[in-house]
Amino acid sequence: MSGPRRADACVVACAEIYRGDGEIFANPTVGTIPFIGARLARRTFEPDLVMTDGEAMLVGNTIPVGATPVDKLVEGWMPYRLSFDIVWSGRRHVVMGASQVSRWGDTNIACIGPWEKPVAQLIGPRGAPGNTVNDKTSYWVPKHSPRVFVEAVDFVSGVGPRRAREAGGRIAQYNQIRFVVTNLCVFDFEGPGWSARIRSLHPGVSLDEVVANTGFEIAGLDEDVPTTRRPTEEEMRIIEEIDPLGLRYQEVAG
Amino acid sequence: MADKRTTEDEIVAELRDGMTIGIGGWASRRKPMSVVRAILRSPVRDLTVVSWGGPDVGLLCAAGKVKKLVYAFVSLDSIPLDPHFRLARQRGSIEAMELDEGMFYWGLYAAALRLPFLPNRAGMASDVMRVNPGLRTVRSPYEDAEELVAVPAINLDVAIVHMNRADIAGNAQYLGPDPYFDDLFVKAAKRRFVTCERIVETRSLLNEGPVQSLVISRMLVDGVVEAPRGAHFTSCVPDYGRDEVFQRRYTASAASPEAWDEFRRRYLEGSEADYQRAVAEG
Repeated sequence: MSGPRRADACVVACAEIYRGDGEIFANPTVGTIPFIGARLARRTFEPDLVMTDGEAMLVGNTIPVGATPVDKLVEGWMPYRLSFDIVWSGRRHVVMGASQVSRWGDTNIACIGPWEKPVAQLIGPRGAPGNTVNDKTSYWVPKHSPRVFVEAVDFVSGVGPRRAREAGGRIAQYNQIRFVVTNLCVFDFEGPGWSARIRSLHPGVSLDEVVANTGFEIAGLDEDVPTTRRPTEEEMRIIEEIDPLGLRYQEVAG
Repeated sequence: MADKRTTEDEIVAELRDGMTIGIGGWASRRKPMSVVRAILRSPVRDLTVVSWGGPDVGLLCAAGKVKKLVYAFVSLDSIPLDPHFRLARQRGSIEAMELDEGMFYWGLYAAALRLPFLPNRAGMASDVMRVNPGLRTVRSPYEDAEELVAVPAINLDVAIVHMNRADIAGNAQYLGPDPYFDDLFVKAAKRRFVTCERIVETRSLLNEGPVQSLVISRMLVDGVVEAPRGAHFTSCVPDYGRDEVFQRRYTASAASPEAWDEFRRRYLEGSEADYQRAVAEG
């Protein structure tokens, strides 16, 4: 086996999302790498995270992705309806996808173009409006491009930190847009006015590549941008155990 | 206990143009597809459809049955987007009430409880408020004075759900991992219909699942249909999983008007028995 690749750094970044979260519901909802990352976090530095099997069971053991199902250590039940109790009480950290992410952390999974007659109808807002005004929210973007990272989104399904601050009150208090992990880098929203700031660059990625693939001005470029940490040998062993088929390399090449 | 057994066609005979129809299940899971297929065969039109959207929505859109759609998402699970629904939205051929999932849940719950609305934070500060200008907000009368969205009740004329088992009186049971919101649909509706994989004796209901799986009581049900494989091609675990091959055939039917015509002729023009036969023949 060769050394860690880009996808492995993405897995680590998707695990680091949960650092410090403790005993809450860790809920990756899209992609393969966020699922591997959440399981890696629980197997290493956040052992108390609560997770589902991807449906309604809470399971205490590590379920590999894409492989033959293993026996589930069922520790609880989380059908869709009960998940709202957890979400609205702020006991979850969700990782969602986004077809558009703005400089101000607003996101869109509903439609491209005018809502009245979209150029491209997407899945709909789903639970994004409720998630973002109640819970810790992070995003996974497997293909970083200027079509995704835009100055303003066509439809605000996920409420960004600036809009939430403008709304004030508990929306401002509960809105916690943490990270956007992409195939190139990690953003947070600690830039001026809660704008997107580069937090780390994945190994082998240049700042120029991120800038060229982002449709807005990124904060933090003038500072020393850290490199996303590589997985340790122990972490690589666990990643291999969670993803024995290497599905992560299909999601992020290189 | 009354014998409430009926048929899909009798249910659809009750539908009138312009009615609001709630369809149970979730995305491409445990959808009352045999009733959806009966609606496709019927002359009924201009429906307002309320659904955790799956292929029920796509089929009704493709067949021109939908005037207005109330939804938070439309997805086929293993295929993220439903192409027939997308075409309807992109052509502007349906009205849309697009909500946050929690608002959708709260709207059904308000209707079930005969409340005019339920307050919620979900939706506030998002474009859901912009594209639904009819939505109003309320301010907490307590010290916090928080402004919340007053999610209006989603009252249904008719609800249709598909369960794993039921008795002839309408006591109905799910055997999969998730009840979804099917009991809320029947509680929110004036007329309530359950289709199921198998009608069993009341005394047999607890043979396959615990008492907590009996989420729909007969007092919430007006008619019961035994519809084996009635959720096809959506999943109805543990009785059967999703028919992924057929679901791909369904999405391919959105490629052109000719493809839709062929799909419709092959699967949707005959009876439910004809449909199940055509599916079995592959």
